[in-house]
Amino acid sequence: MEKNLYIVRCGEVALKGMNKPYFERVLLERVKNALSCYEGAEAKWIEGLMFVRVPADIPEDEVISKCVRVFGVASVSPAVEAPKDINEIGKKAAEFMQKVIDTDDIKTFKVKGKRADKSFAIESPEIARQVGGMVLKACKVLSVDVHRPDCVLTVDVRREGAYIFRDKVRGFGGLPLGTNGKGLILMSGGIDSPVAAFMMAKRGMSIEAVHFHSYPYTSQRAQRKVEELVRTLAGYMGTVRMHVINLLPIQEEIVKNCPEDETTLLVRRFMMRIAEQIAVKNRCMMLITGEDLGQVASQTAEALVVTDSVVDMPVMRPLIAMDKVDIMDKAREIGTYDISIQPYEDCCTVFLPKHPVTKPKKERIEKSESALDVETLVKNAVESEEIVEIRP
Amino acid sequence: MIYLDNSATTRQYDEVTELMYRAAKENFGNPSSLHALGFEAGNLLYDARRQIEDLLPPAGNVIFTSGGTESDNMALLSSARKLRRRGNKIITTRVEHPAVLETCRRLKEDGFEVVYLDVDVDGYVEEQAVKAALDKNTIIVSIMAVNNEVGTIEPVIPVGRTVREYNRKNGTDIMFHTDAVQAFGKLPMDDIDADLISASAHKFHGPKGMGFLYMKKRHSLPAYIIGGGQEGGFRSSTENTPGIAGMGLAAEMACADLMMKSSRMGIVNNYLLNGLKSEIKDIVINGPEELGYTLHEHGKRCPGVLNVTFEGTRGEVLLHTLEQDGIYVSTGSACSSNKTGDSHVLQAMSMNHKEIEGAIRFSFSEFNTVEEMDHVIERTKIAVERFRRLGSFR
Repeated sequence: MEKNLYIVRCGEVALKGMNKPYFERVLLERVKNALSCYEGAEAKWIEGLMFVRVPADIPEDEVISKCVRVFGVASVSPAVEAPKDINEIGKKAAEFMQKVIDTDDIKTFKVKGKRADKSFAIESPEIARQVGGMVLKACKVLSVDVHRPDCVLTVDVRREGAYIFRDKVRGFGGLPLGTNGKGLILMSGGIDSPVAAFMMAKRGMSIEAVHFHSYPYTSQRAQRKVEELVRTLAGYMGTVRMHVINLLPIQEEIVKNCPEDETTLLVRRFMMRIAEQIAVKNRCMMLITGEDLGQVASQTAEALVVTDSVVDMPVMRPLIAMDKVDIMDKAREIGTYDISIQPYEDCCTVFLPKHPVTKPKKERIEKSESALDVETLVKNAVESEEIVEIRP
Repeated sequence: MIYLDNSATTRQYDEVTELMYRAAKENFGNPSSLHALGFEAGNLLYDARRQIEDLLPPAGNVIFTSGGTESDNMALLSSARKLRRRGNKIITTRVEHPAVLETCRRLKEDGFEVVYLDVDVDGYVEEQAVKAALDKNTIIVSIMAVNNEVGTIEPVIPVGRTVREYNRKNGTDIMFHTDAVQAFGKLPMDDIDADLISASAHKFHGPKGMGFLYMKKRHSLPAYIIGGGQEGGFRSSTENTPGIAGMGLAAEMACADLMMKSSRMGIVNNYLLNGLKSEIKDIVINGPEELGYTLHEHGKRCPGVLNVTFEGTRGEVLLHTLEQDGIYVSTGSACSSNKTGDSHVLQAMSMNHKEIEGAIRFSFSEFNTVEEMDHVIERTKIAVERFRRLGSFR
């Protein structure tokens, strides 16, 4: 079976020291896993680059989009292989360019030579010059432009062979999934939390999710929207387990017994407590939220201090210093934005006070909370959880 | 399950499902084919057309369409196209279905003048308002027969007469269209003076994706879908024979003993209303209080609909609470977190956001019973009281 070659480069993994083999092994597993739907696909490391071969009948874009979604991948290029002979390289390079001319309307090019294998007799600039000459001769429509070429053709002569490729498709970078513990994301239906989950996963953290709803104050459609968001994320991080919890019994108690302006904050404290217990049960090391400093009343510095104080576990807030517009851009990039903006009510907006406190005092909040049987409420909520497994 | 969302859609009659299954399996020929198989398929269309035309005013034909929306689009766009040299004014109301309102908006973009008549607090359009708006520049009057959200019976009988009189006196050619999607199968439709009538099969226990447009014989409108010349050249496309046969049977079944069925529906409707009123405080009926059983009783309410505001609640939450008890209803607001989701009908009836937010629509079919309503009253009372006890900050 004929196979196409792709060269996959890792970003930060290459900078690791003693642990590099571990990271490389995990990244290889992740790439293989991403391509497991193609029978006969293979991947291996050769001197710092990953060589991926996929049956030739699979469209190039499809393979590339699968590869660039793997965290830890810096870039991917489709490539061709040639024997280590300058004439053979020239021939292959010309064939390669001929194809590109047809598909991408290319008029100018330049060749970049690289010689990792110093035993190859021709030096890098000379490789570029000679291959460039041969391409020029074979493809009459092309001309050389060293400053602003339509296409840069790289010839990389390595120990095991010579490789010809053009532009790189950038990946997300980061570190291979699973190399950095597991975290629990508090997943609403909004724009921020999916981005927060994505950013932590990109740094190698495995993700579980917890979603709070207030049925019948919120609808099943709102939950389906959250599942769709998580499904989009699962495209990057594989199957995600989501714990679903009805917060309404707790919200009802708060509304009945506590000051109106503190409602949101009190609810958030309960969410954190419940999340922490779920995290412990499921071996998650930290909580993750999509909070963003000062975005809404419950996300002021004072409010964050008050919500944080109910848990011992570290709370990661990867978006904390981002502007909303940048979070929105990121959400568009990863494909969650259009789902997030569907207008369903979530549990946070159900009992929204008219004038929520923005500078809460911990003592006052604790006093309000003393009207509630916190422990039992949390226990009941945790026990009522439903678990959904969401596949990509 | 207690299904009270029959204005949204109805459960298909089992007989209709069986007929459609047989039609799909056995009479699969193309009605345009010359052979016997095609002829038999054509017979299905013939029978369905007769079944439906028998229920409509004389001297008209029906054109089979893909549903109420297509029928409305067709009626307005084709009439406007035909009559654009005679004038450019279209008269309609603020409480029409989006299939009419959005089509009118398109026509406005294309240069037509659209007059939207106001309604009173019951959602009723005064016949006088239509009369006052008519002029020689008018080409279309489009008024729904029964409002889908509150059930108000609009004055389509007198307006039909008015338009005909106006045409006779002034030599004009004004088309009177009525969207009867909610009326057909609930009220008799055979004595209305309309040029065009839209209806949709799934509202009278027929299949989804089927509808018809009734057209007075003397009119010839330009083709709406162009192609092989089916439906008299007006709406080309190979006929959906199972769907059409199903719609024909559903129409016949829905309208058989119609007066008996609609008065039974009225009993159920009133029973629910009285029960809610006596069990639950602070409720308001949206739309006319009194029920009417023919189009002549305009200004009254169709027995198929009961729209009620439970003050100080949110309909969406009540809906989700009731669905847990297997009771299915609908609301006046698509999303209570913003006003843009508020019903344009309830807004046109001068209701404010609070009142719209608390609105629930119960809509009935011949299958609903008084016994069911006892359960509905009990569960609604619990849902409303729970909500009110908890309060809502908004």
